[in-house]
Amino acid sequence: MITFELSKTLLAAKGSMDLEVELKVKEGEFIAITGPSGSGKTTLLRLLAGLETAQTGFIKFQETIWLDTSTNHGLPTQNRSIGFVFQDYALFPNMTVRKNLEFALDKNSEEQIIDELIEIMEIRELQNRYPKSLSGGQQQRVALARALVRRPKLLLLDEPLSALDPQMRTKLQDYILKVHRHYKLTTLLVSHNYDEIAKMADRVVHLINGKITSEGAPESILQNSIKNCPPIINGTVVKSSVQDHIYELRVFSEGRMITIALPKGKLEEMREGDWVQIKMKD
Amino acid sequence: MDAAFGQTFALTLKLAAVTTLLLLIIGIPLAYLLATRKWKLKPIIEAAVSLPLVLPPTVIGFYLLLAFSPESGLGAWLLENLDIRLVFTFGGLVLGSVIYSLPFMVQPIQSGLENLSPHLAEASYTLGKSEFQTLFKVLLPNIKPSLLSGTVLSFAHTVGEFGVVLMIGGNIPGKTRVASIAIYDEVEGLNYEVANIYALTLLIFSFIILCFVYWVNRRRRKATEL
Repeated sequence: MITFELSKTLLAAKGSMDLEVELKVKEGEFIAITGPSGSGKTTLLRLLAGLETAQTGFIKFQETIWLDTSTNHGLPTQNRSIGFVFQDYALFPNMTVRKNLEFALDKNSEEQIIDELIEIMEIRELQNRYPKSLSGGQQQRVALARALVRRPKLLLLDEPLSALDPQMRTKLQDYILKVHRHYKLTTLLVSHNYDEIAKMADRVVHLINGKITSEGAPESILQNSIKNCPPIINGTVVKSSVQDHIYELRVFSEGRMITIALPKGKLEEMREGDWVQIKMKD
Repeated sequence: MDAAFGQTFALTLKLAAVTTLLLLIIGIPLAYLLATRKWKLKPIIEAAVSLPLVLPPTVIGFYLLLAFSPESGLGAWLLENLDIRLVFTFGGLVLGSVIYSLPFMVQPIQSGLENLSPHLAEASYTLGKSEFQTLFKVLLPNIKPSLLSGTVLSFAHTVGEFGVVLMIGGNIPGKTRVASIAIYDEVEGLNYEVANIYALTLLIFSFIILCFVYWVNRRRRKATEL
């Protein structure tokens, strides 16, 4: 069980924003964090990892206090049981794939875990190659394997799949689910992709302007009503269906699902994965 | 002349080597701190490090001479308590050269570190590694061209210095007489031929060193583009 309550003032492009988040995560839970860009998703992961410090708040991981600003206590990143996968993978260019994994090995720990992870992630034939020569998907698998060498209990994934093509994405989602279950991890994943969230997460946390606006099972964001709806919505078609001469389009836009009903017409050619722009009329 | 020539160049190279070694020891931590810390007074430290780039070397030499002369407080104290005499000695030359060439070591390393993705260091921390381990195993191995530039430029710049050396070291053969001083001395004595040998050697030496730096950097750049 992780409990945290964190607040931090962020300097964003549009001025400053207060990140104020309070959440309880059960052991073994898979949480997806979604929301528009600049809403504090990455910062939240970085705060949990100890790569940034909250102005006020606490983090309690099982029985250990990772952070308590009221007593000025903060466990350094090195001592938190975390695995972190960065958006740009952050593999060490000067080391081979295997050396990247070995680097993560703590003193006195068995090297066996490395071979195990190499098997699970199917990167045996990449072992002696340098990160530079790997594809995005391969780098991602190595980064995921490296993050697990220390057998962390909490896995933090900062949009790790956003740069991959849909096919590779699906494959990597399976790898992530595999290690999540195999190592009984608690996982927090930042994602914009609704399919991904629906497939992987037990619970979705929706972050807007630094605040959790909704949380619940992945299906629940479907019911998310359009509050403060911008006049123009850019998004991806997730589902299109025709029912009783009504054309129903589900569009995933900036972390929320928008359902639009239209009379049957030329829109029928819309397919899942298509990019759409919707302009609102009064 | 041959013996004097050899002695002078040996001294020049020894000074450059000792200076470069000391600069690596001082410059790496300094560049690392400047690249990673957000101190309020950082601009002042950066300005101080860069001063030798804009000041006439004689200014640095002049103040070092004042500071370390046995008549001054600091110089007298060093001489009395530690038996260290820095004016007109090799030790003084090294000190002056370290200060004078400091920006040539610090700046390439600092900018090399600043150009690395911050995620590299952060990834290393999440893997349980200390700042020290991260610097030596992750960061420095990935800025080899910057380290090479800093080392070679510091070395070459020390070989080519004149003003600081003249002020604090003087012109004592075998002790403080380096190549650039020798040129000046020979010209004053109207020995243009000897001066020319020194000058030409320095010219060719510096040119080869700079060619080497640019060649290596080009090769590295090509390698990373692949």
